[in-house]
Amino acid sequence: MLTVDDVVVRYGSATALDRVSLHADAGEMVALIGPNGAGKSTLVNAISGLVPIESGSIVTGGRVAQVPEGRQMFADMSVVDNLVLGAWRSGDRDPSRIFDLLPALRDFANRKAGTLSGGQQQMVAVGRALMADPQILVIDELSLGLAPLIVADLAEHLRTINQEHGTTVVLIEQEVGLALELCSRAYVLEAGRITVSGTTEELADSPAVRAAYFGGLDVGKDVQL
Amino acid sequence: MSDFITYLVSGIALGCTFALVGSGFVVIHRVTRVVNFAQGTFAVFGGFISYSLLDGILPQGLAQLVTVVACGLIGLVVGFVAIGKPGTDPLIALIVTLGVSIFCAAVFITVWGQDPVSPPGLRGSVSILGADVQRQRLLVVVATLLTFLALSLFFSRTYVGKGLTACASNPRAAALVGINVRRMGFMAFAVGGALGGLAGALISPSVALSFSSDLPFALSGFAAAVFGGLTSPGRTLLGGIVLGVTGQLVAGYLDGSYQTEVALLMMLAIMVVRSSTFVTEEAK
Repeated sequence: MLTVDDVVVRYGSATALDRVSLHADAGEMVALIGPNGAGKSTLVNAISGLVPIESGSIVTGGRVAQVPEGRQMFADMSVVDNLVLGAWRSGDRDPSRIFDLLPALRDFANRKAGTLSGGQQQMVAVGRALMADPQILVIDELSLGLAPLIVADLAEHLRTINQEHGTTVVLIEQEVGLALELCSRAYVLEAGRITVSGTTEELADSPAVRAAYFGGLDVGKDVQL
Repeated sequence: MSDFITYLVSGIALGCTFALVGSGFVVIHRVTRVVNFAQGTFAVFGGFISYSLLDGILPQGLAQLVTVVACGLIGLVVGFVAIGKPGTDPLIALIVTLGVSIFCAAVFITVWGQDPVSPPGLRGSVSILGADVQRQRLLVVVATLLTFLALSLFFSRTYVGKGLTACASNPRAAALVGINVRRMGFMAFAVGGALGGLAGALISPSVALSFSSDLPFALSGFAAAVFGGLTSPGRTLLGGIVLGVTGQLVAGYLDGSYQTEVALLMMLAIMVVRSSTFVTEEAK
């Protein structure tokens, strides 16, 4: 469904992604974890076609929609308008299917998105991305700035979307515990390179990943699982 | 009293044209962040094109309609020139639009000559509280109000209008949902061109336009747009009317040559007073 092969992205002389490869099968949930500045958002934007790649290839087996870091609301527009604009590419502008999937959105459908709480905005961002009827949903920092209870609720919705609609999910996340709990496989991105990959169980048992919880992975050593 | 009514109505009519030009500034700036200093040029094109079309080619009404469409296309071309190259900095685009307006002044002289022109408009006048008011000036006011209503409906009710608003609100998010922000910028220039052209076509029967009329239009329109914080068409309409009425009262009771100075002073005052608001809006 999604294959990223040997992708290099540079900003001027700085290399943001250095021969990064990953793949996600149809209906799979894959996590991409790593510290700030590792290149996670660059990879997301490259997959979404917003950042040009210098070499390598990105092959997607369907429409990609992104839930961006920081939610990126159309703040002065209503929730409904935010959702409807999410269908710019798909053409189906009826948001009722999103309200069925995320019923809480109905409660604040006519409020301006900029007036909502962080959790509500994140739900709008997920709903807006789903309006594109994507086969691949890329979520950049689901939990950023949100309370644990809200994150748990959003994660449950995400699991439902994945299981009931077969949507492939690529979850970019600094909250490693959440990423490993939700996804079946994961990649660790450090300084623009994939340093660790495997099933989430393998990563959970990996000393390198455990070390990352408590203060950083040794960037210089690629870890084979 | 009748003098005051005359100045008031003609000021409102003139202010409406400033508001139309100013709303062009607003539409373009909201979507592209470019201050389009060719906005006054669109109004002059509007006056000149309608003058040519009404010279036995097309009847009243149709001539103005064709003029507005033509000015929309001119706006589109200016948009291509100003922001056609991906990643053009808004400041560079501003300079480009200044260059375009200077180039267009040469076009005006070449095609229409140096003498001011004034196409025929609605004939006759009506009496309002004892003052004779030209029908053309009333047409300007009605047409402007209808245009602002249409603009409001376009931006709030139509999908493309919402797309333009989305580009203004959050260009990155707009790109993420698949909106081609650059193409929307071209569309904003086309809308700006049409609004400027409408202003010129409406006011030129009452106020003769020449190749150099773009500057007063641009200054007054920009002042009106600044009154609206370069974001609000509604406040731009109010700003244009305040500017037009003030200018006409100054011209009527003091000296007509001070009108542009009044516009400049008002713009300066508004920018000083609203500077803190701009900073706040930018921070958002």
